[in-house]
Formats: sequence, C-alpha cells, structure tokens
Amino acid sequence: MAPPPRHLLILILGFLAAASLAFTLAAAVYEDQVGLADWHQKYIGKVKQAVYHSQKSGRRRVVVLTEENVIASLDLRSGDIFWRHVIEKNDPVDELSLSLGKYVVTLSSGGSILRAWNLPDGQMIWETNLQVSKSSKPLLHVLSNNKVAKDNLVFVSAGRWIYAVSSIDGVISWGKELSLDGLDIKQIIQLPENDIVYAVGLAGSSKLNLYQLNAKTGEIVKHIQESFPSALYSETILGSHNVLVALDETRSDLFLIELKGESISYNKVHVSDLVQGLSGTVKLLPLMSNGVIALQASSTVSLLKLKGIDGLEVIQSFEQPAAVSDALTITEKDEAFAILQHTGSEIEFVVKFTSDVTNEVIREKINIDQHRGNIQKVFLNNYIRTDKSHGFRALVVMEDHSLLLVQQGEVVWSREDGLASIVDVTTSELPVEKDGVSVANVEHNLFEWLKGHMLKLKGTLMLASADELAAIQAMRLKSSEKNKMTRDHNGFRKLLIVLTKAGKVIALHTGDGRIVWSNLLQSLRASKSGEMPSALRICQWQVPHHRVMHENPSILIIGRSGADSAAPGVLSVLDSYSGEELNSLRLDHSVVQIIPLTVKDSSEHRLQLIVDSHSRAHLYPRSPDAMNVFLHEMPNTYLYTVDIEANVIRGHSLQKSCDNSDDEYCFSTKELWSIVFPSDTERIALSETRKMNEVVHAQAKIIADQDVMYKYLSKNLVFVATVSPKAAGEIGSAAPEEAWLVAYLIDAVTGRILHRVTHHGAQGPVVSENWVVYHYFNLRAHRFEMAVIEIYDQSRADNKDVMKLILGKHNLSAPITSYTRPEIMVKSQSYFFTFSVKAIAATQTAKGITSKQLLIGTIGDQVLALDKRFVDPRRSVNPTQQEKEEGIIPLTDALPIIPTSYVTHSLQVEALRGIVSIPSKLESTTLVFTYGVDLFYTQLAPSRTYDSLTDEFSYALLLITIAALVAAIVVTWIWSEKKELRDKWRVGDPSSAGFLQ
Amino acid sequence: MAARLPRLLLLLVLFAAVAVAAAAYQPGSAEGHTIAGQIKIDGSSAKGFGLPAKTSNTKVILNGGQRVTFARPDGYFAFHNVPAGTHLIEVSSLGYLFSPVRVDISARNPGHIQAALTENRIVLNELVLKPLREEQYYEKREPFSIMSLLKSPMGMMLGFMVIMVFVMPKMMENIDPEEIKQAQEQMRNSPVPSFSGLLARANS
Repeated sequence: MAPPPRHLLILILGFLAAASLAFTLAAAVYEDQVGLADWHQKYIGKVKQAVYHSQKSGRRRVVVLTEENVIASLDLRSGDIFWRHVIEKNDPVDELSLSLGKYVVTLSSGGSILRAWNLPDGQMIWETNLQVSKSSKPLLHVLSNNKVAKDNLVFVSAGRWIYAVSSIDGVISWGKELSLDGLDIKQIIQLPENDIVYAVGLAGSSKLNLYQLNAKTGEIVKHIQESFPSALYSETILGSHNVLVALDETRSDLFLIELKGESISYNKVHVSDLVQGLSGTVKLLPLMSNGVIALQASSTVSLLKLKGIDGLEVIQSFEQPAAVSDALTITEKDEAFAILQHTGSEIEFVVKFTSDVTNEVIREKINIDQHRGNIQKVFLNNYIRTDKSHGFRALVVMEDHSLLLVQQGEVVWSREDGLASIVDVTTSELPVEKDGVSVANVEHNLFEWLKGHMLKLKGTLMLASADELAAIQAMRLKSSEKNKMTRDHNGFRKLLIVLTKAGKVIALHTGDGRIVWSNLLQSLRASKSGEMPSALRICQWQVPHHRVMHENPSILIIGRSGADSAAPGVLSVLDSYSGEELNSLRLDHSVVQIIPLTVKDSSEHRLQLIVDSHSRAHLYPRSPDAMNVFLHEMPNTYLYTVDIEANVIRGHSLQKSCDNSDDEYCFSTKELWSIVFPSDTERIALSETRKMNEVVHAQAKIIADQDVMYKYLSKNLVFVATVSPKAAGEIGSAAPEEAWLVAYLIDAVTGRILHRVTHHGAQGPVVSENWVVYHYFNLRAHRFEMAVIEIYDQSRADNKDVMKLILGKHNLSAPITSYTRPEIMVKSQSYFFTFSVKAIAATQTAKGITSKQLLIGTIGDQVLALDKRFVDPRRSVNPTQQEKEEGIIPLTDALPIIPTSYVTHSLQVEALRGIVSIPSKLESTTLVFTYGVDLFYTQLAPSRTYDSLTDEFSYALLLITIAALVAAIVVTWIWSEKKELRDKWRVGDPSSAGFLQ
Repeated sequence: MAARLPRLLLLLVLFAAVAVAAAAYQPGSAEGHTIAGQIKIDGSSAKGFGLPAKTSNTKVILNGGQRVTFARPDGYFAFHNVPAGTHLIEVSSLGYLFSPVRVDISARNPGHIQAALTENRIVLNELVLKPLREEQYYEKREPFSIMSLLKSPMGMMLGFMVIMVFVMPKMMENIDPEEIKQAQEQMRNSPVPSFSGLLARANS
C-alpha cells in the first residue's frame, strides 16, 4: 500500500527543505577557490640593516633585518621575498651578518642567542646560547678573510664577554670574560695583517680599554687603558685600522684616538669648529677607510676627512634631510659610499670614492612619490657593467617605512612595508555608481565585450595561444566585479583604511588588496627637533547619508605629537575617496582616551569625546550644532577609566564646562564610583566592553522547552579580569595554589558588580567579547581554557504570557535605567582549548541575525573560526531532543580544532596582532581583515550564504533541469492526449469503433 | 589513541634522540636547565613528494610565547636556562597539528625532567614530538557521482517529477474506476484542473 499522496508530498517537500538548508559547522573553502574572495600580502617592516649577497652567479639577493624583528631574504631584481622569519618580540635581533657567503648569522636577545640560517632556503642551521653580561649594544663581527681559521669564526661581544664561534656548526671556539668591572665592549677591530683582534671597550664612562686578543685562542696579548678628561658618549665609538673617533658626553667635542702598538694617544677637536650653526644632537656615522667620516647634526650632514690625529677637515656639507650609506669595498684600497639628498621634489643620488672625495662617480636624479616622506637609510651595492665599469644601486628606506631599489636614476621596485605595522583600521564605503554612461563608453565596452568573448571562446575551444590565455586571465581579473571602484549591491567592495606606525594612512581595496591612495600625514611626521609623534586611532568622521549625500565621507586620525602620553594631541581629517587632507588640528591638550559617541550632528559628523590626562573631556567637532546634540546626550554619558598602575577602575559623569578654562567644548568629569582591587591579591589584567556599533537582532532567546530568556543587552557592561600578582608572569613561574583569575562584570554607570567568578590556578592571557568569552591558562590541568559567560535579564522573564503582551501588562516598554538593580541570570562554562591565543574577535553581520563565530588568532598565526555554539554555556552531556533541535551540541571537555574551519586556510598572518570583522550589506556574510606583519582579507559566511547563491551554484544544472521538466511536460501532455483519445474511442463511443471495423 | 602508543614507542627506539637532558650550559648558569628535544614529521606522508617534510618554518614555543626557537634541519631544538617548574611547549608547523607538551623540571633532583602531551595525557619518555595529525585546510572536492547529482535540489525536482509521472498513474490505477470517472467529470466541469483537488479526491 502506497503512503497517502499528501503525506508523500509533505515528506518530499520537507526533505527538499532540509537538504537545501542543511549546513555544516565548518565554513570551508576548496583549494581552487583560494584567491577568489580572499587575498594575502606579505610584508617585512622597516628595514634597519641590509646585507647584500655578493655571489657572482645565481639570483641576486639581499638579506634584511627590520624593526618588526623580521629577517628576510629578498630578490634584488623584483623585491619579492625568498624566505622570511618573524622572530618573537621578546627576542629582539640586534645584528645580522653573512658568513662564508652561505650563512646568515643573527645575534639576538642582547647578545645571548646566535643563530645561523641557510641563505638559499632560510632553514635554521644552528643555534648557540651564549652567557653574556648586560650590554648596551651587542656586537657581531664576522671575520672577513679565511686566513685566521679554517672554520670562519664569528665574533660576538656583549658587555664584558667576547666569544669566537665557528660559523659552520655554531661550536664555541673560545669565550672570554674580560675581568674589568663595568666594561662594555664597543668595537671589535680586526687587523688584516695578522690574527690579532682588537676589542675596544669603555669602563665607567671615561676609561678607554684596548685589548689585543689572539683570534685563534682568545688569549689576551696586550691590554692598554687610557683615561680621558671627560666622559665619552658611549654609543659612538668607531674605528678602522688604527684610528678611533669618539664623541664626548656633551657631544660638543670629538676625540681622535690613535692606537699605536704600545699606547693610545688622542687629540681633541671642537665640533663647533667644524660645523657652523650647530644645533640639536650630533651623531657620528660609520667611519670609512681612508679617514672619511660623516657627522650628522640636526640640520646638516658633513663629510669630514681625518688628517692623522691632528685634525679634521670638512669636505662637504649637505642640508638635511640627507642620508649617507656605509662604505662599500670596491677594490682592496678603495671604498665607495652614497649620499642621498632631497632637492625639491626629486632625490639626488651621489656616489663617491673615499680615496678621492671631491669627485663624484655618479650623480643621478630620481623621482620619488611625495607621500613617501624623507630618506632615512641607504644601503649601497655595486655591480659590474658590461663595459667592466662599476655600476651602483642602492636600497633606500623612506620615512613611511617603504623600501625602494634605485638604479640608473629610476626606482626599480618598491615595497610598501609600512603596512607591516598597522595601528588601527576602519572602513569606508566606495562611491555610488553614477547613472548614465556615455555613448562612447558603451561602444568601447561593446567592442571590448565582443573581443573578450571571442577570446573566451577560443580559450574554451583550446585554440588560444599562451599569450591569449594570459590575456583572458588578466581580463577576468580586471573585469571581475570585485575590483570595481564603486559600491556594490552586496557591500563586499569597500575601502579598508589603515593607519600605520609611520603616520601614513593607506586605503586598500577589499577586492584585491591594492592600494587606492596613501597619504603620509604631515602632523604625524618627525619634527626637526627629533620628536617622534605617535599614531593612535583612526575612526569615521563623517558618513554622509541622504541629507549631505553630495559630500564625500571623511575619516578622523588621532595622534600624539610625542611618544609621551602627556604630549598634546593632533587631529587630521581625510577625505575617504581621495586621501586628501581636509583639515589638520593641533590640540592644546593630551589624548588619553578616545570615546566615539553614537550620536551625530546635523551634518552627519560623528561626535567624539577625547579625555585628556587631567580627566577633562573635550568634544569634537567643535561646532555649536554638535554642542547642542551633545548637551542633550550629556546626562546619559558616562565614562570609565581603568588605571592599571593603581589597580583602580573609576566611573565618571560629565559636568558642564571646565573649571579654569573658557573653552565651552571642554567638560570636567566627576567621579561617581571606583572599585579598588586589593593589589596584594589581584592585579588588573584586562578590561573590555561591548562594541558600540554592534547590531543585535533578537532581544530574547527561545530555549528548547518553549521558554523565553531575555538577553541582558546593556551597553554599559564592562568586563574586567584580574589575576593574582604571582600569576601575572609567564606560565612556568607560578604554582597552581597561588594563581587565580577573577572575572568581573561591572555596570559602568553605577559601578555595580553584576557578576564575579574565580578560576583557581588560572592566569592570563584574557580576551573578551560581548557575551564574554575569555581565554586563560589552567595551571592544574596545564591546558588552555576558554570560558564563556552569558547574561540574561531576569526582570523581564515574566513577559512570556501573550495575553499580558496584548493587554499591555508587560514591562518591555518601561524605560530601562541602570540605577535600578538589575536582576540578572548568569550562565557560564569553560572548555579546554589547544592553543595559545593571540587575538579573539567575533563576527559581525549587518542585522545580527546570522549566528556568530569566534575568530581566534592562534599561536601559529592562523585564524580559526569557531562556531559560537561550541562555546555555549548550556551545552550538556546528553541534550534532549528539543535541545538538539535548537542546535545544542553535546558537551565535550575540549573545543574542536577543525582544520577546514581555518579562515586563513594554508596561509599564515605572521606576527598576528588584530582581527577585524566588518558587516557587509548581505546579512549572511561578514568581511574579515586580519593584520600583523602580513595582511589577510576574506569573506566569511558563518551560517553559509543562505541569502544568495554561492559561486558553486551550477546554473547549467538548473537549465538542464528546467529543460528536462519542460520536455517531460510536453511528453506527458502528448501521452495524456493520446491516452485520452484512445479512451474516447474505447469508452466514449463503442458503436463508432464497430463502425470502423 | 591507544594504538598510537606502541608506534610512538617504536619510533622512540628507532631514533635515538637527544633525551630530555638537563645541564648547566655555561659556568655561572647553574640555576638554568636545558630542555632539548626533537620534532619528527613523517617524511613519507609529506604531501606525497617523498621528500622529508620541511622543518624550516617549524617554531617551538615555550610558555605561550615567552621564548620561541626554530627546529633545525634534523628536527632538534633546545631551550637553555629554563628555570625549574612546570612549562608548556607548543609546536607550530603549518599543515600539522601538534599537541602542546607539559614539561616538568624538578627543582629537587636536577636533571629529572618529565614530559606529557596535554591533549591525550600520553607520557613521553623522550621529548620526541610527532604531529597528532596532518591538517587538511581545504574541503575535498567530491568526485562526480550520480548520487550527488540526485541529492541536489535540481536532482530532487527531477526525481519528484519522475515519481509523479510514473508512480502516480500506478496509484491512480489502484483507485476505484468509479472515482476516476467522478474525478474526470470534475475535471471537465472545472476548466483548470487543480492538482491539490485531485489529490484530495484521491485521498478521500
């Protein structure tokens, strides 16, 4: 017996629905989809040292060390990275050198770790730990000739220690502690003639010590000490062969020191005698052979030539900004060096030989983008031209941290390495597509379109040549929707506007990550007095909607004019479409806290409150209009400050006008409450609040037994985590008994502690989100844990009766005030998690309907997407049928690591620092931007793309199905017609049938 | 996991690795211990190239980033001057999942170091770390099959149609001929035959 057809139909429809709605917990990509919606960019950071590989054959490389603690090998032809290692921040690399032409030797951690890397592939060959004393600057010196020892020694010195290490296997050949108190070795000089190594050190500040050591054994051959009348400036002792130049501590005198076999003799020269109009700090640049040194003052760079030790002669002076390279050995007796100088909008590249300083070998003018700022460093390299003469090229480090290769008056390649140090990120919409395209445009497009289709047809028929295939590929990339410079329907195309440490603002297109515009902000550039401003924040300033639609959106950049937090702030307003600076402002107060308010003034400027170090709040923009809006909001504006030093959290309200200032945009704050944590048991580790722009779709959550739980959605909730003082350190440093972590949920308006939970034997790191998820180390289990706290509002729990809702007997519309004591219910749970965590973020979507995912930046610099349902406090061992329907996953002790749910798939975002989730217009999809030394961008659909067809969707199959259905309809219609006809003949009129017979 | 253990032990015997050794490395560093070990990634399984898996970008992390070192070509690594206590070693290597390792350095009897995998609590006799599994970051493309085609919404549409075309008449045949007559009359009466009406009739 067949089932009743109606049931069958429902069954089939149900199955269909289930199949189409079925989604897995992992959002994975196929290997061939890589690069369709995501992009990855590799950077290295600002180069501080570069060593050229001087091999005659093979690919030309340069090995660089950067301020982001990256060592990398770059292709000298294209600037591409051959290999790269990001060393941890707490292991700073001080020196880098090449040995034997095949090893890269690095010295890090204050001279205590020496590593050698294979030059071709970057594999670490050996690592040697050295026992050293504290030193201001550890030194690495690779013996340049093979005469001394067969196994090419590398000399390392730090403080009082000096080591000779074999560069082949890292075995310490000898190590010597020079037994002089307070000695700090400043220079290792190797004499070319014999195997004697000179070590020059300072003891105290005025005693110069010269040690002569046997390079093979480390035996001290001779020790000479000489006292100087005044203290020497410790950083700048330079030497070559037998002459040293040192600045004294006041930096007004130069000492010329000659090392003769038995004794030290010196001569004093006043710097002011050499350079006129001296101001600011004086710096010595490395000494070159043939007695040429460069003296850098704040306004000039001077080339000086030594005349024995009798005196110095100024050869030439250059106006700052200018940069001088190290000397490059050309022949045995001669060295070349480069001077780069700004002349108007161009840069002059001058190469000279030290033997003949007055002549210029090369003088080239190079055009460099104005938004790169000044030259900071130059690294000179030479090559042999076809006519056997010397050609020169140089790596130039600019003020915006970019790296350029200049050769023959041109910039051969450039790397935008400022992007390795992003400070803050915001997004901007692209302009709306203009209606009405011109006729010429259409004709052009039509021709292109036809040509493109011809090419594509050729491609599919396998008739296209290699060139044509490349053209097809390029066309696909160019014409593809995702790279257009206009707003799209789904909101996938946006500008990612990033602020880098160098004070450069760069706009990246989300389609392919290309730079749309960049602007090095004048207000964030180093001043002549040497003060380094710091970039702090970038936020949206004006997002025009209907009323002021004709205006371009703009962004606000907030910075400090110095490194100190009390330094006055600087503001800049930039046009988001062009990057043009619209306005720049120097503040007369400092910037401690920046509070973007949710309100806007009539011209759609976002209101910002900037709190200074005297806890006064300043309102921006400074317009009466904004003031009116703000005065309205002011009674409901509360601030909180976290003072980690004093272990206190304070809550403030705002009061009209400052006390001793007639600035009407300045508000004083009044302390409302404070929570003092006992500093002997708890130390504040972290505080976090909800994101202001987060959208929440549903206030209530319907749980399995048809009950309703109301979410506690206060924007004033602050999560604070404290750890016991002993647990504040690293994992191995505390015993489980003396370590604990306390998590607080505090209402920022009243200072009321809503919830407090203690994890014994736990210690940071902690990161949090809106329903609070934090990560810490459980010392008892010796595993990382992730804990979740969900807060529900109990006071609205009776609003379940529909009748009550209809009759208005509910309290849903009652105004909510933070002053009433909220009745809340808290659910929490913790789970084991395998990895250390560098950053956590939650996905954000346009309406907040799509289920959330946690984006976890793991210790391996990957980003793992973990469904929020895994970190649900209501997971139980045996969920009931209803709970299963709701989507509750059975309880496990650990959170799963599903390899396919790595957002970054097989890529790494080296030195990962931040994860940003940006909602698109499509509810299902969120845009994820991850930054560290690398950048990674992708689109993510936490519950699959339920509101649009995926790229996977097979239109061909749909067409085939429709065709088949139509064919079937036609066939069955014909059949039924025939059958009907037959039936008519048979049933309708039997007599006529007989008539036929 | 239980089956893993003997294999692991066998490997330990095969590779006479530098054991968990504690030694004062330099004079004057008596308080520090050395954690030395080896990372073994099975060469044969390395994505089918037959070459030993690259250890060039394998990082070994002590205590969640306190110290980081790199594995040498042979997989060896060492941390020097580690104080006594309980430490955690993590291995980060793209393409492999390593379990973090708990390392206990005893303060009382120097030289005694214990190690255990935290994920499955296996105690290691020697600090030889092997990946728990290889990570496949990409979804595998399903090979073309009739079943996957049928399972797609379009396939189901076709299937439903086929059922309607071939099974429905069979079911209709089971129904009383008089009822069919009635239904046909109905159909003649109403210009647009409604499917649901037909079903309802057939059902009654």
